Amino acid sequence: MKFVPLVWAALMRRKARTMLTVLSVLIAFLLFGLLDSVRSTFDNAGQSSPGRSRILVTPKSGMGTKPLPFSLLTQITDIPGVMGIDYASYVVGTYQDPKNSIAVEAHPESFFQLYPEVSVKSEELSALRGTRTGVLAGEMLIHKFGWKVGDKIALLTAQPRKDGSTVWTFDLVGSFHFTDENMKINEVLLYGNYQYVEEARAQEAGTVTYYSVKVASPSDVDRVAALIDHATANSNHETKSQSENAWANAQLQQYGDLGFVVTSIMGAVFFTLLLLTGHTMLRAVHERIPEIAVLKTLGFRGKKIVALILFESMSIVLIGALIGLVTAMLAVTWVRSLEILPIPISSVGTDVWLRGISAAVVLGIVVGILPAVRGLRLRIVDALSGR
Amino acid sequence: MAPWWLLLTASALLVAWIALTQAGHQTWSMTKVGITSIPRRLGASAIVVVGIAGVVGVLIALLAMGAGFERTLKLTGSDDTAIVLQTGQKNETGSTISLDSIGAISQMRPVLRNARDEAIGSPEVVLSVSLPNRSTGLDASLALRGVGPHIWELWPGIKIREGRVFQPGLRELIAGKDASSRFSGLKVGSSVKLEGQSWAVVGAFDSGDAHNSEIWGDTQALSSAYHREGFANSLILRLKGPGALEMLRTNVESDPRLKVYVQTTRAYFGQQSESFSRMMSIVGSAIGAIMAVGAIFGAINATYMSIEGRTREISTLRALGFRRLPVIASVLLETMILAALGGTLGAFLAWAIFDGFTAVTMGQTGQIVFALDVSPTLVCDGIKWALAIGFVGGLIPAARAASQSIVKGLRAT
Repeated sequence: MKFVPLVWAALMRRKARTMLTVLSVLIAFLLFGLLDSVRSTFDNAGQSSPGRSRILVTPKSGMGTKPLPFSLLTQITDIPGVMGIDYASYVVGTYQDPKNSIAVEAHPESFFQLYPEVSVKSEELSALRGTRTGVLAGEMLIHKFGWKVGDKIALLTAQPRKDGSTVWTFDLVGSFHFTDENMKINEVLLYGNYQYVEEARAQEAGTVTYYSVKVASPSDVDRVAALIDHATANSNHETKSQSENAWANAQLQQYGDLGFVVTSIMGAVFFTLLLLTGHTMLRAVHERIPEIAVLKTLGFRGKKIVALILFESMSIVLIGALIGLVTAMLAVTWVRSLEILPIPISSVGTDVWLRGISAAVVLGIVVGILPAVRGLRLRIVDALSGR
Repeated sequence: MAPWWLLLTASALLVAWIALTQAGHQTWSMTKVGITSIPRRLGASAIVVVGIAGVVGVLIALLAMGAGFERTLKLTGSDDTAIVLQTGQKNETGSTISLDSIGAISQMRPVLRNARDEAIGSPEVVLSVSLPNRSTGLDASLALRGVGPHIWELWPGIKIREGRVFQPGLRELIAGKDASSRFSGLKVGSSVKLEGQSWAVVGAFDSGDAHNSEIWGDTQALSSAYHREGFANSLILRLKGPGALEMLRTNVESDPRLKVYVQTTRAYFGQQSESFSRMMSIVGSAIGAIMAVGAIFGAINATYMSIEGRTREISTLRALGFRRLPVIASVLLETMILAALGGTLGAFLAWAIFDGFTAVTMGQTGQIVFALDVSPTLVCDGIKWALAIGFVGGLIPAARAASQSIVKGLRAT
């Protein structure tokens, strides 16, 4: 620690240069923090620990491509290992403006037992049960539209009702939210009563969009899923069953290889940064050759010289990286508060911090190693005589 | 972005200034010295070039994604074919058109007829199916399109690469080039299970556009397999010629039984790319802007370091009577030359690596394979960004170089 002033003096030797270098590092890590958060948002969206022991049963052609018959309910419930079952149908429409696309996910009562992670006030839950046309809105929607309990929400849909209309009106009885960041994507939904939708719709009566099945533990998923798919094999409603997490992962993968894009961008950024900070460090050490020679004369061992130079390069990179990652955190918080994205970006998490700091440490060492070796090999006589 | 005429005028003025004025001559001679001494300051110069190349390369690659997707979808349609959809529906999957309406619209005058006096049109059904991806094994969705018997007259550019065309009424499919290469089980000769029935893959086609990501079968066969008899999702028609679209629109609107609207297929497919292209342009510009700020800091830093090495030289010239302006102009010019070099390098790398690079994203009904498109416009945009970074990054150090004390500078080591 007693060498801190020495390193500080070295950094302050050319304030402008040190500052500009730190700023470059800062920008690189700001970008890293942002991009890595977006990547981890996509990687983790829809992944939850209860989801590991729930099976999503969809048509083999994919969720939403065709409905599944309601008759599958008893068939699935009878399969050994099934601890609970939920199902849902959707009413999809636009609210006020054609751009505001909203979906009501209509569930039976069993939903809230199967999904304990949905946070609902108990009085609002009983209000939902007591109101046929009731819906609970995700908190993102509540914020977006400024809804209050008691509001009527009319959706323009393409789904005809038995009364001939295609406008579905729901009564807002409460709200729900998820504490798990990864599940916040669901806060853009409305949860309604399956019974009401089933009775009111003119088409696709007696069907559901998917079934969700609870099993005792994640290790039961494969066995039970295979049994469900086996039961529907060769019928005209063949199913594909997999854990909820596996399903969510496959869905997001379809949008493209975000990981590859982020890695390529960060590759380009860090390569440039390596060149910049590397060159700056070489310059900084080169200018101080006589000083280093003096240190050596005073009895500083080679190891200590190497440590000092590495400490210096490490400080530049780590200070820049820390400020950059903090800036990324602030930026993510700001973007989240705008509520313009379909999926809220998860905050700069521990994993992003860990990866960022590791990258900074590696960068600091790589950048410092060449000047350090130079300092180590320095011959006092040559250096002092300016050769 | 600055328009080209502005840049050209600025460069012309600069050349005139250099050629005609004394300060211009001084600038030119200083710049020459600066450029010839670059090898001695290779590290600092390389920072400017590589830093800016990185920004431009990333920017162009991201924008090329949006542009490539847009191009692929625009190519999918044409201006002389029209698509009929249900009023109020933006996508084929959401739209339904009864067979009666299809019959009525096909008979309309603006629709081109073939040698056998049949209207050239294809009632289509669009379904989404899910198949395991060949490399990841994960299920991914792709569009299954039922097409009518006149499809080959509608899209004459489509080639059958392997096998043969499906036969109407049979459970046979043909797969687009990208679909068959990406999904297992779509090789010619294999069969796919749809709705519990086995469908034979009898051929593979190449359309050179977004249709390549789809599998095709006969509309009637697919409608009956999926219990969708009596209607199609869309109707695609070949138009008689210029003006035919307007005429068809009028005809359709004057028939009160028809609840449909008409647009060219190019407009329809182009529209499907809008949100992705817009997103890529926002994301690309945002990332580019952040990187540009970093590159500006890097350029300032590097230019400072270059100038430090030239302190004595610059002070000597100032002592000899060189004015401040030529010093500023020559430093700026040098940085901008390096920036242009970096921009060109970045654009070249982006083009060499990413032009034609295939990527996949989700379309309306399934994944669509597209090739990144590094167009000359994008390259120009990239170089403009480079020049802007070079200008901002060079200005502050240039001003500082001109303002430093001559006496101190002469004593510098």
